[in-house]
Amino acid sequence: MTDDSFSLIIIALLPFLGALVPGVMIRAGRNACAIFTALPTALALVMLLLHAPAVMDGEVIKAELDWLPQLGLSAAFFLDGLGMLFAGMILGVGLLITLYARFYLSGEDPMGQFYTYLLLFQGAMLGIVLSDNILLLLIFWELTSLSSFLLIGYWKHLPEGRQGARMALAVTGAGGLAMIGGMLILGNIVGSYNLTDILAAGEQIRAHEWYVPALVLILLGAFTKSAQFPFHFWLPHAMAAPTPVSAYLHSATMVKAGVFLMARMWPALAGTPEWFYIVASVGLITMVLGAVIALFKDDLKALLAFSTVSHLGLLTMLLGFGTEAAAIAAVFHIINHLTFKAALFMTAGIVDHEAHTRDIKRLGGLAKLMPITAVIGTITALSMAGIAPFNGFISKEKMLEEAVHTVWWENPWIVPALATLGAVFSVAYSLRFIFHVFGGKVRDDYPAKPHDPPFGMWAAPALLTVLVVLIGVMPFLAEPVVNMAATAVTGHETHAHLKLWHGLTPALYLSIIAVVGGAILLALHKPLDRAWIAAPRPEAKAIFDRLLAALAGLAQRISEGSHNGSMSRYLAIFVAATTVLGYLAWSGSAAAAPSRELLPIPPVVMVGWVLLLVATASVVICHRNRFRALVVIGVIGLIISFGFVYLSAPDLALTQISVETVTIMLLLLALHFLPKATPVESGAARRLRDGVIALAAGAGVAALAYVFMLRDVSTISGFHLANSYKGGGGTNVVNVILVDFRGYDTYGEIIVLGIAGLIIFALMEALLNGPAAAKLRNTDYSQDRSRDRHPLMMVIATRVMMPVAIMVGVYIFLRGHNQPGGGFVAGLVVSIALLMQYMASGFAWTQRRQQIEYHSMIGWGVVIAGLTGAGAWLGGKPFLTSGFDYYHFPPIEEFELATAMLFDLGVFLAVLGGVMLMLYSLSRIARYAGETVNVAPMDYDPSQDDGGEGPGKSDQTERER
Amino acid sequence: MEFVVASSVGALTAAGVYLILRLRAFAVILGLALLSYAVNVFLFASGRLAINMPPILSPYEDLAYSDPLPQALVLTAIVISFGMTAVLVMVALGAYLESEDDRIDLEDEAEEGDAPGEVSKL
Repeated sequence: MTDDSFSLIIIALLPFLGALVPGVMIRAGRNACAIFTALPTALALVMLLLHAPAVMDGEVIKAELDWLPQLGLSAAFFLDGLGMLFAGMILGVGLLITLYARFYLSGEDPMGQFYTYLLLFQGAMLGIVLSDNILLLLIFWELTSLSSFLLIGYWKHLPEGRQGARMALAVTGAGGLAMIGGMLILGNIVGSYNLTDILAAGEQIRAHEWYVPALVLILLGAFTKSAQFPFHFWLPHAMAAPTPVSAYLHSATMVKAGVFLMARMWPALAGTPEWFYIVASVGLITMVLGAVIALFKDDLKALLAFSTVSHLGLLTMLLGFGTEAAAIAAVFHIINHLTFKAALFMTAGIVDHEAHTRDIKRLGGLAKLMPITAVIGTITALSMAGIAPFNGFISKEKMLEEAVHTVWWENPWIVPALATLGAVFSVAYSLRFIFHVFGGKVRDDYPAKPHDPPFGMWAAPALLTVLVVLIGVMPFLAEPVVNMAATAVTGHETHAHLKLWHGLTPALYLSIIAVVGGAILLALHKPLDRAWIAAPRPEAKAIFDRLLAALAGLAQRISEGSHNGSMSRYLAIFVAATTVLGYLAWSGSAAAAPSRELLPIPPVVMVGWVLLLVATASVVICHRNRFRALVVIGVIGLIISFGFVYLSAPDLALTQISVETVTIMLLLLALHFLPKATPVESGAARRLRDGVIALAAGAGVAALAYVFMLRDVSTISGFHLANSYKGGGGTNVVNVILVDFRGYDTYGEIIVLGIAGLIIFALMEALLNGPAAAKLRNTDYSQDRSRDRHPLMMVIATRVMMPVAIMVGVYIFLRGHNQPGGGFVAGLVVSIALLMQYMASGFAWTQRRQQIEYHSMIGWGVVIAGLTGAGAWLGGKPFLTSGFDYYHFPPIEEFELATAMLFDLGVFLAVLGGVMLMLYSLSRIARYAGETVNVAPMDYDPSQDDGGEGPGKSDQTERER
Repeated sequence: MEFVVASSVGALTAAGVYLILRLRAFAVILGLALLSYAVNVFLFASGRLAINMPPILSPYEDLAYSDPLPQALVLTAIVISFGMTAVLVMVALGAYLESEDDRIDLEDEAEEGDAPGEVSKL
């Protein structure tokens, strides 16, 4: 990777890395926070500008990191003229906003959070404009929706803020979803998700039959993001955000993302009638509509919001024209709109901050009170109106000129006429901004006494105002930048000629009409305003809310209709659907002819089979008597263990039989606290239905098993058999697979088992601290207990057996690598040995005599297994590579030591700890239920003789803990 | 032999499914235990059946062995299914102790949701 591409990746990552800092360092003070927000931004900007000369020469800088190559997704970035322009705007305005927000936000606002959101958003925007892979671009696109949601809803205490944020997220998010579809179609047409490839394949795309669907879907994404009609309504509602956010999102970034996308996709998608009629028409409507509404808004920010909508429409329209000159005009206006609109938003914020209102009807005469702000506001608003000699004038001239040359549906005058109408209103609302806020007499009823803010607050808009004037007076200064970006948009070199004076062109006449018309409109504002208020207008928010409510209602009906809280219903639907799907898949395929001989059925197997069927049937029949059902379950488990023995799976048999034991113990323990019988609740029809479902499922599974058992299959087991001894040093292939070949799986598995143990422990703790504990104490369980709770024979036998059982466990563990056995089985065997003590001598009695921490045992198990695996790194091998060797110390015979055995020790400890913790937790509940401690090894509880009255051992029913 | 195994798996599945469709937690737990047996045997059988061929390598002669991989997978599955059963038992126990019965279905609680119109007013 070259230095250039490396630096590009750093630029893209810097805001995200930087975002980690301000949120956590707010305690260091607001200035420190702002500085640490500005630092990564400034650094990225400097690094970006270092690339500027090369990019201006037409070079494209690329960087690529493989991410998910199978999906065609790579972290690919590229920097061309258009990306350069936008990245510069995003970072440059980001810096100004950081400064402005430092002074704008009050001490009560969580500023660290604000800056973190701001950097996240900035990073997402930067990602969009630098992505060279459309999938990556989509990810960043969604990220802007999410992070702008955080920014718009920053003032969480304001309902407007929350609603505005939600609306913005819903609209832009929905558009983003549409765009995903469009981008995927585009990728399929071209056969690559690489943006560079897609841009080069414009003709192929435009000729493709899927061009129109892809275009419409992508435009939906762009239009929602850039607030184009009819999706424009979210933008004004997003004004509930703090002003720095509005200034950032609605001048340079968020809403420009849609424009950026259209510019980016211009070489691939533009130039067709579909593109022209959709994009240009929508842009034109939006431009006029936004300008008209803006004139009648009294809230300064709402005025600016609709003005933004209008200007975005203008940009969209220019891009929609599809000509090179229009693209140049669009690029130029992007720059100009950024400069004056960001400054205007900040001005509105200053007015709001100082006068405590943004209502134009309550303002006026501010020019005398806050002269600096007034100068800034006036110049930038004149530029917004498109009045010479400011930069907005030049780009508006260019727009009108393009409009004059545009024929819409064989009609040469409708586009220029509507464009001029938009310009008229544009002049009107801009002049209103100037005259109704700064002009007029000083009033004495401002909510607060306004005066100019501190330097830090007006520095940023002042800088932008300087740009407005500079570009306006000396437009050739902007030419290189415009050419750089326009070349990237159009795909071939452009030569923009930006001049303040173009001579007496039709555009100039239209401009003059606009200014005069605007002035007249402003003069007539009062009566017009009354008419506007009286006129019936559709209220976008109400429509949106109704639509949303209808959707939510529909979703609610569907989810409540299908999710009524009945788990047995879900399960029935699930099983039935699975069976039907399985049947469908089955019926559509033809199985190959059977290739295996049937194995014979000896009589003893026949007996076992009958026993199993009878036991299974009796579980179903007598499941209401829970104890009996449990005993029969044990029988089934035993038969299955025998089956494993017979079918050459000794390890499975050992595991099954020991798991069976602990499972039954567990269920018995639980049953102590549960009702002993299941009442009859379902009717015959319900049982018949369940029976049919169950039989169908059973038949399906049986058929499937039968069919595949008759056919041969190619497996990877040959490798395991061949390498078990040579590579893993063990002859028990199952064990070698567990601790070596698939050690990673086993490692995960013991962690899961450990987690299950901890969950049970946590549940028990929660139960014993909740209302359940009282219930346990107050329920009388004594009638369940045997008088002879700790029978002599059993106590003696288990104590004698204990060392033997543990020895068996150790033996099984040691032989595991070469003979049936291993850590899993050994862990289970040892836990059974311990459990027998609990059963025979009582929980408390046993607990006092052994000091094992089961939690730490699980932890040690996982740690030992993990360290064994990590030990392979020391030898330069991948995680969990095992090593082994043979040793010979006389008089012992030669033996083998393998690291796999250490791993198996980890397995052993985790299994032992997990199983014991589970049963220990259940047993502890018994202590709360009034279980007494036996004093002598074998005690006979006489209190049970006469109904529990006797001398009980209440003095010993000490609660644990 | 194949028929014996397949029919056993089928019977265990059918019984397990029938039991998990019952209304009480304990029956569901029993049903899941039966289903675990069925699934484990099913997976094991996917390595095909073999008699007297345990996958324990013999150093002395070349023998045929049964497929060890499904066995290894099933071995861990048995242990994990124990963990799962234990968690379920504990959950069921907690639910019973805190709610007076061990039904698994919620009843009449879905009616209390918000009216559709209120969703949009955060």
